[in-house]
Amino acid sequence: MSLFNNPSLRPYLVFGIMAVLLTFVGVTQSWGVSLTIINMCIISAIMTLGVNIQWGYAGLFNVGIMGFCALGGAAAVLVSSQPVGEAWSAGGTGISLALLSLVGGVCFVYILHKVWGKRPLRNTVTFIAALGVYFLARHFYDPASAAIEAVDPAKTGYLGGAGLPIIFSWVIGGLFAAGAAWFIGKVTLGLRTDYLAIATLGIAEIIVALLKNEEWLTRGAKNVTGLPRPVPYEIELQQAGWFIDLVSKFNADVLSGLAGDERAAALQTLVMDASGIFVKLCYAGLFSVVLILLFVLCQLALNSPWGRMVRAIRDNETAAAAMGKDIKARHLQIFILGSAVVGIAGAMMTTLDGQFTPGTYNPLRYTFLIWVMVIVGGSGNNLGSILGGFLVWFVWIEAEPLGTWLMDVVTSGMDPASALREHLIGSAQYMRLMVMGGVLILVMRYTPGGILPEKSARK
Amino acid sequence: MPEIIDILNALVLMTNYVILPALTYGSQLALGALGVTLVFGILRFSNFAHGDTMAFGAMATIIVTWWLQSMGVSFGPLPTALLALPFGIAVTAIFVLLTDKVVYKHYRGIGAKPITFVMVSVGVMFIMNGLVRFIIGPGDQRFADGVRFIFKAREFKDWSGLDQGLALRSSQVITIVLAVILVAALFWFLQKTKTGKAMRAFSDNENLALLSGIDPAKIVRITWILAAVLATVAGVLYGLDKSFKPFVYFQLLLPIFAAAIVGGLGKPIGAIAGGFIVAFSEVAVTYVYKKFLIYLLPEHLEPNSLMQLLATEYKFAVSFVILVLVLLVKPTGLFKGKVV
Amino acid sequence: MSFLVGKNLSGGYGGPDILKGCNIEVDKGEVAVIVGPNGAGKSTAMKSFLGMLQMTGGTITLGDTDIINMSPQERVRQGIGFVPQTHNVFTGMTVEENLEMGAFIRDDDISGTIEEIYELFPILKQKRLQHAGELSGGQRQQVAVGRAMMTRPSVLMLDEPTAGVSPIVMDELFDRILEVKSKGVAVLMVEQNARQALEIADRGYVLVMGENRYTGTGAELLADSEVRKSFLGG
Repeated sequence: MSLFNNPSLRPYLVFGIMAVLLTFVGVTQSWGVSLTIINMCIISAIMTLGVNIQWGYAGLFNVGIMGFCALGGAAAVLVSSQPVGEAWSAGGTGISLALLSLVGGVCFVYILHKVWGKRPLRNTVTFIAALGVYFLARHFYDPASAAIEAVDPAKTGYLGGAGLPIIFSWVIGGLFAAGAAWFIGKVTLGLRTDYLAIATLGIAEIIVALLKNEEWLTRGAKNVTGLPRPVPYEIELQQAGWFIDLVSKFNADVLSGLAGDERAAALQTLVMDASGIFVKLCYAGLFSVVLILLFVLCQLALNSPWGRMVRAIRDNETAAAAMGKDIKARHLQIFILGSAVVGIAGAMMTTLDGQFTPGTYNPLRYTFLIWVMVIVGGSGNNLGSILGGFLVWFVWIEAEPLGTWLMDVVTSGMDPASALREHLIGSAQYMRLMVMGGVLILVMRYTPGGILPEKSARK
Repeated sequence: MPEIIDILNALVLMTNYVILPALTYGSQLALGALGVTLVFGILRFSNFAHGDTMAFGAMATIIVTWWLQSMGVSFGPLPTALLALPFGIAVTAIFVLLTDKVVYKHYRGIGAKPITFVMVSVGVMFIMNGLVRFIIGPGDQRFADGVRFIFKAREFKDWSGLDQGLALRSSQVITIVLAVILVAALFWFLQKTKTGKAMRAFSDNENLALLSGIDPAKIVRITWILAAVLATVAGVLYGLDKSFKPFVYFQLLLPIFAAAIVGGLGKPIGAIAGGFIVAFSEVAVTYVYKKFLIYLLPEHLEPNSLMQLLATEYKFAVSFVILVLVLLVKPTGLFKGKVV
Repeated sequence: MSFLVGKNLSGGYGGPDILKGCNIEVDKGEVAVIVGPNGAGKSTAMKSFLGMLQMTGGTITLGDTDIINMSPQERVRQGIGFVPQTHNVFTGMTVEENLEMGAFIRDDDISGTIEEIYELFPILKQKRLQHAGELSGGQRQQVAVGRAMMTRPSVLMLDEPTAGVSPIVMDELFDRILEVKSKGVAVLMVEQNARQALEIADRGYVLVMGENRYTGTGAELLADSEVRKSFLGG
């Protein structure tokens, strides 16, 4: 126990346990499964880093992680898919005009609102102007979006993307999320802390609704599949001479005893397996680079004068304000940065999936699960957040078979045909929600610091 | 100039598709927002579990309703669910009080920040969410019985001779009547009884209330019971009027919060006003005005598009926009709620 | 012996002692005033009587009862009324409701007491259906005193009742306090406006660093040249 209680050894220990768990899955299930889990673990860890910037550094409660994540996913589509020329000629101009009138209109309304000053009916005038802008934008938008969606709806029906390498979307996704965060932060920061939570809950629902319904943009609920990859495809590897050589070299001892057709068949199976693992390793490599980069940046930021200032603000806003710190500006900065990191992770996740499916975004999986990760790992501690991302994702994935199995055991005494038993087994998946809620509450109550608490923990 | 008959038709159309639905939905939101605002006023945090408390209360009521139905009990022309309602309320109240004892009480003791409360309420939401799905499943549940219509569209047409029909569903009448009774009772309680006044005093100035000898534990207990009553009634009415689906109740959280904030958090009267503002905006903005305008406009001006301000999929955007506008213009809400 | 007696009071807020053995007492039908420089422990001394302090020593008796171990609520029941310095009314409730809340612990008929308060503060009767938050500063203080009087306390404690009100309002408030005293209530108050407060005081305490520096009747302290020079500005 003393080993576990030693704060400087604790990270090694817990990450060691994590590695053992993943290895165990690799040996008992398969390395492919283990790598799949690792890849999602890394993405989760990046999201948790982003949320930790907001919560751990500044105490900002973001209930809209799902939305920022989905924006990242949309960025992946908009950056990487091929532009649909036909759709552009059908409605490109209309959409551009709509966008232009929207942006111009918003500027116009803003300036009008400023210029109007103290004259009467200020809000009424602003409102009518805003309504006018809305109708103008709709005037261009309605026919254009209909025209675009009519272009080969089964295959495209959307404008497509820029046709650039998908890896660029990781940056763009971050920027998208940062933009949304700027808007929300501008409105709600400086007010009660609850308001930010409520507003982020709302914006996330709206972002996902937009992505589900605006077919001209990302095909909506029809999904975009087959996004290009930043890593080789399995089928290419299987035909590449260097890869086959590599596999045969690795498995020389297995293959040496075989000859002719038998050897060829065995090699083929090995190559097939290896290609899948190789692709996942490539992803893992890319993701790790991002994770390590972000982690180093977060650590530097946390220990810089800037980091000390934001923690000072978190711990005592009044005192920090009295020292002349602009709390609202700092909070806005933090909120944008954290959301951008979540956006990056969202883009990476869509990259890994190779498809964008707006219908699958739900708050429990994409917002609250991430929260459980942050709290369990240790809010305020970057390493802790990463651990939380790994551990909770691992449990989340492995808990479902475990839960079903558990229910099976619990109900084994019952009549197999009993309706209650069937109901219980069928509902086992919802146990995960309860377990997650329970974990959140228990950790907050009994070990508020999480597994790896913040170093200069508050007393 | 449109003829009188056209104007009448347009009015009927409006009543049928905007005014009646918005009144009903507004009553449901108002009840939900009242619960949120009461908890906020006394316990001083935004309870994210309130939507799922509504789902939980509705679920408890539905199960008792099914049991009553299977026993052959009915409430005549009224839905059996109304008979089951007291049981649903009791179960929900017990659950919520238990939650307070196990979860929230600790944080009151240590004087935690509001945001910590918000966060544990998210944990509670998770658990309730899972519990509801575990018990009744994630799908749609039907439990409405009794007479469905006070009068049907066809009957109205025959009676009035107009082209447009007007249907009055019993769920709409029940919602509005029950909401009025409940709100009246709540206001009587808050304004006239000693305990109700003590609750207001506690919400107004906690330290002074303590100094006056008001027992905080009792106030908190009553607040949770009231929140359970309001949530269960709101949840059951929403389920009777539309249908019961757990996820929908989670989504109701946004319009409910918007309503409570628009009215001013902690202000019961504001919650009611906010509920109707949000409901009317939502219904009016997503309504298709084409037919309505055809009645009223001269022929050459008749629209050929749907004349819909916003697609129904974006109805939550309405709550959100209202929320943002209020936060920008008047963060304390219309009725000057708790200080920011 | 006086009605309310605090002897050798010592205590603080968990850290080092702020009160270091001071003695304060007040009898029925008397006004006692605690004055002293900032940080002298004036409000802390009052909090010790209310039970809002961690005591490390001393005794407090109210009549014949030892109240040192009672919670603030129990002390209110024992007959101590308290008017905090700020946030001392329910701003969102009417004047009458404020008075009703003051009598929350009473289960008997309170209409008589309300009438007494209205006699004492006639302006409140006029404004009884207005929200306390809409009243002027002086009227609010009257509501605050009225609220505390609703339990018919034998001791009324006021924490700087005249902070932030105009001199005219201050005079009127002191007049009211004298009326309260004339009803046989023991009045204990902490004051920044030391000179004016001592003028109406039967007993005066000058605290410095949590200890009694000077004690005497109000007139004696006002006459004492040392007190005048150090604490009353000459």
